[in-house]
Amino acid sequence: MQKQKKRMRLWLTLAGILIALIWLSPFYLMIVNAFKTKFDIFNSVLALPETLTFGNFKQAFIDLDFINALTNSLIVSVSSILLIIVFSSMAAYALSRNKSRISGAIFLVFVAAMLIPFQSVMIPLISIFGKINMLNTYGLLFMYLGFGSSLSIFLYHGAVKGIPVSLDEAAMIDGASLWTIFWKIIFPMLKPITVTVMILNVIWIWNDYLLPSLVLSQEYATIPLRMFYFFGQYTKQWHLALAGLTIAIIPVVIIYFFAQKHIIKGVSDGAVK
Amino acid sequence: MKNKNISFWLFILPALFALTVVVFYPFFYGFYYTFTDWNGLTATTFLGLENYVNVFQDERFLDSIEFTIKFAVVSIILVNLLGLGLAVLVTQKMKINNGLRTIFFMPNLIGGLILGFIWQFIFKSGFDAVGQMFGIEFLQGWLATSETGFWGLVILNVWQYAGYIMIIYISYLQSVPQELLEAAEIDGASIFQRFWRIKFPLVAPAFTVSLFLTLSNAFKLYDQNLALTNGGPYGSTEMLAMEIYKTAFSRYEMAYAQSKAVIFFILVAAVAISQVYVNKKREVDM
Repeated sequence: MQKQKKRMRLWLTLAGILIALIWLSPFYLMIVNAFKTKFDIFNSVLALPETLTFGNFKQAFIDLDFINALTNSLIVSVSSILLIIVFSSMAAYALSRNKSRISGAIFLVFVAAMLIPFQSVMIPLISIFGKINMLNTYGLLFMYLGFGSSLSIFLYHGAVKGIPVSLDEAAMIDGASLWTIFWKIIFPMLKPITVTVMILNVIWIWNDYLLPSLVLSQEYATIPLRMFYFFGQYTKQWHLALAGLTIAIIPVVIIYFFAQKHIIKGVSDGAVK
Repeated sequence: MKNKNISFWLFILPALFALTVVVFYPFFYGFYYTFTDWNGLTATTFLGLENYVNVFQDERFLDSIEFTIKFAVVSIILVNLLGLGLAVLVTQKMKINNGLRTIFFMPNLIGGLILGFIWQFIFKSGFDAVGQMFGIEFLQGWLATSETGFWGLVILNVWQYAGYIMIIYISYLQSVPQELLEAAEIDGASIFQRFWRIKFPLVAPAFTVSLFLTLSNAFKLYDQNLALTNGGPYGSTEMLAMEIYKTAFSRYEMAYAQSKAVIFFILVAAVAISQVYVNKKREVDM
């Protein structure tokens, strides 16, 4: 019995490793071929590179204007996520503590907005923001706040409910203002859900292509946008395209390496609720 | 917070304002202009329902709906089967569990656009090379036909989302009481019996969550579509979201594109509302 169990486990482990290798094979082929010359790729996609050349990476790095794109991506992601966290947690707190009918109705409005897919509002949105000259990074941040607030408020709302009102009341008797109560007492207690909100929004905003492609000019392009222009230039030159793709995913892989537990937990918490 | 009405409004106002300006105002604004000949800036004539009548006679649009639904159905089945399979695998007592989870989930962190480009290379060059090596004709010339374009999108989608769905199944699988499984094991139930008789029924709610998540993902897919096939060959792999985009920003028929966007909204909302309905019903049953 024990022996049989052990053998079963061994087979499962082997199956797991095999599937994992298949799963990673696209990344393997991308990296291996990014080191090859155009001729080598044409000759043999599957072989290891004859010589390791970093020339592809160097050129892709320059043509991608990578430092600039990375900076733009960081600015957009960090600022919009700060806005989302601050304003969603505040709104969720107010909506959760206030039991009036209007408060319930506003919460419903936020939830209902999740039903509206982006493509259903994208055309008028761009037209409206174009008219008021807001098709720029600031406009984009505001849009992310609008699109991101629904799910974030929904998640925060549930978490605030779990914090006893007696805490608020005790602080209020001590003369604390609502602002102080929220930022000094409630918000620190919301830390686990803040991590979830942050992770879900980072994954979405960092990788978003369609919205910034309609809003930002080339100079302010984020990594996915840059990647799109770059790929357009090198459709027939896989050695450069693959080097560019490899560079573009390096930041994500580094972060994933350090924060994988939080990321997987955050996604799981966000999806199940 | 009852008597502090001003504070209440100040706390919710920034988020509510952004949501209104970004989602609701454009939604109704756009809806209004679907009854006109709006070109994105101005409208001169009122057309009534003409745009909507045309939408339903638009071959390209109807084809893209058909393609999207076909894609969604096939993807949903495969993503969920594979996602559940992976979840069962990585919840066995193995030393490499965490490593496997990390690997299977990884594609979800990388944008659809970048994944689409990577897979374009895999299908066009990687498949071709393997096909030549082993003389498998079926692996050659991928993405050049609408058939292979369809399956290319399915493979990419399954590879990307199976790891995501796996995470959802894992959280339900882990809520299965351990004593129940141990008791069954002592009674001599095999690993398959333990799965089908104990875990499977307890994990059933995860199906509703995952099914609808994959369904709405499949409907809204754009980046992967753009990067992998860009709708080609000859627009035969154009999905709904891309068809709307092209009507608006390649052909500049704004009012007409927005009419399609309204139909798109109705489809997606219907899917989401039926999810809520199914969930409610299940709660009553249990």
